[in-house]
Amino acid sequence: MVKVNSSYKKRKITNIIALSLASLATLIGIFFLFWILGVLVFNGLSHISLDLFIKDGAPPGIAPSGLRHALVGHLMLTFASTIIGVPMGLLAGTYLSEYGRSSRFANFTRDLSDIMMSAPSIIIGVFVYGILVMPLGHFSGWAGSVALAIIMIPVIIRTTDDMLALVPIELREAAYALGAPKWKVIVQIVYKGAITGITTGVLLGVARVAGETAPLLFTAFNNNFFATDMSNSMASLTVTMFNYTMSPFEDWQAIGWASAAILAFAILAINIGGRLLIKK
Amino acid sequence: MKNFNVGDFIFENVSRVMSISVLVILVSIFYVLYDHAKLSIDTLGFGFIFDTEWAPNLEKFGAFPAIYGTLTSTATAMVLATPLALGIAIFLSEIARGRLKSLIGTMIELLAAIPSIVYGMWGLFFFVPLIQKLTGTSGIGTLTASIILAIMIIPFTAAVSRDAMDTTPDILKESAYALGATKWDVIKDVIIPFAKVGVIGSVILSLGRALGETMAVTFVMGNSTNMPSSILEPATSIPVILANEFSEADGDLYYSSLFYLALILFVVSFTVIAVAKFAFLRKVRKNG
Repeated sequence: MVKVNSSYKKRKITNIIALSLASLATLIGIFFLFWILGVLVFNGLSHISLDLFIKDGAPPGIAPSGLRHALVGHLMLTFASTIIGVPMGLLAGTYLSEYGRSSRFANFTRDLSDIMMSAPSIIIGVFVYGILVMPLGHFSGWAGSVALAIIMIPVIIRTTDDMLALVPIELREAAYALGAPKWKVIVQIVYKGAITGITTGVLLGVARVAGETAPLLFTAFNNNFFATDMSNSMASLTVTMFNYTMSPFEDWQAIGWASAAILAFAILAINIGGRLLIKK
Repeated sequence: MKNFNVGDFIFENVSRVMSISVLVILVSIFYVLYDHAKLSIDTLGFGFIFDTEWAPNLEKFGAFPAIYGTLTSTATAMVLATPLALGIAIFLSEIARGRLKSLIGTMIELLAAIPSIVYGMWGLFFFVPLIQKLTGTSGIGTLTASIILAIMIIPFTAAVSRDAMDTTPDILKESAYALGATKWDVIKDVIIPFAKVGVIGSVILSLGRALGETMAVTFVMGNSTNMPSSILEPATSIPVILANEFSEADGDLYYSSLFYLALILFVVSFTVIAVAKFAFLRKVRKNG
């Protein structure tokens, strides 16, 4: 009996130690989150001014320099990639869920898009360089958008596929009974039933590509001037951040931090927004 | 055909083409990388992988320093990240309850939403000085890159492992508690064995992500193509070389060698992710 008791005590102590270690691990994770967010707040938000939004890039030392060119370029790149990526991903996801179901082709495509979702984004940049930048002979906003779209497509496919599968079969049957053709049932009934989920998927897809830098380095490249011509090299917030922070000039570094804060908080807001949406 | 409808025909086939495009894109990536790497593959062969000198100005292209840097930084990151991530998964799955559980779960997932370039900037300006003080070195190098990589992959490992742990049936846990097991006994002897396949899958999947991570590493790795003698020294990795040199490369063999590097990275990370997916994570989906 004494032996049992001592083993029980030992197990209890082990229990407390193990659970404390797991909690400590969680605290460490949260510590880094707050450290990084704190840096963004103190180094970034403090450098945000109206000038950033209305002035373009200027050479170092000639204050005040702004981010208008990078913000506009970034929005255009992200928007263009959404225009390319969302319809493709949405239709592909629709095919998997509504036509393919659990056929071998559909399951295979699901696995491939999962793999694509984890593929290194710099490889997508190298690929787009090979198919668009090299043949055309110059960097362009379109090349950047295509690279971002390729990264976005698998995210949209998987969420669309999952969300459409949640729409009850009875809704579809009711519409068929009224004589509606399948495509109308999908577009008017199934999409409507899954609209929140699909919107969340799109938001997460946009958030995923909005923070990308690597695939833009040699597709959209960069541009220190205000430009809205997608067929030429184009500024983005992330590549501008990269160049400004790596520069030895303090005023450029400050702008780099300000853009980091703007971008990171925008992306975190989209993420939290998407989460709240899907919970409803 | 009685029920033929033009709208149906168009919708079904357009959406089918879109889903086939996933396969087309993947095959094109392989083909384009191989096609552009061909010159380098033909000229340098497999020797490229083991050659330790990368000196573009001398027309010397050896991938070993980059491959070595990729592997050491990834391996060190895995060693650091895995225990922490599993601790977090256990905390989220078995310790935290109610609102705390969803709050902390969201916080850990937000760690994954921070753009990797921000990790790189934070690393260079705040973490490098710390490592400098602690080790007396420049602070730039594989170890610093690994720590930052580790923080980046923790949320992925933690989230997938937590989901795997959450699939453990309550009845198994309750039976163990009824026998007098402590919480840790249940975690160790019931939940971990049950979720093992998914946990291993999550670790391999994170390994695949760490291999290809670019921006966070580019800032702090040092971009030195000399072979480092320890993880405290500046080094380079395949993504770092691609990020730094791709838009500046001149010369056909230089370009082709960069594509060769990209091809190696893609084949390795594709294989790792596919193993995680097909050998481990698929079984989890069936269980759940």
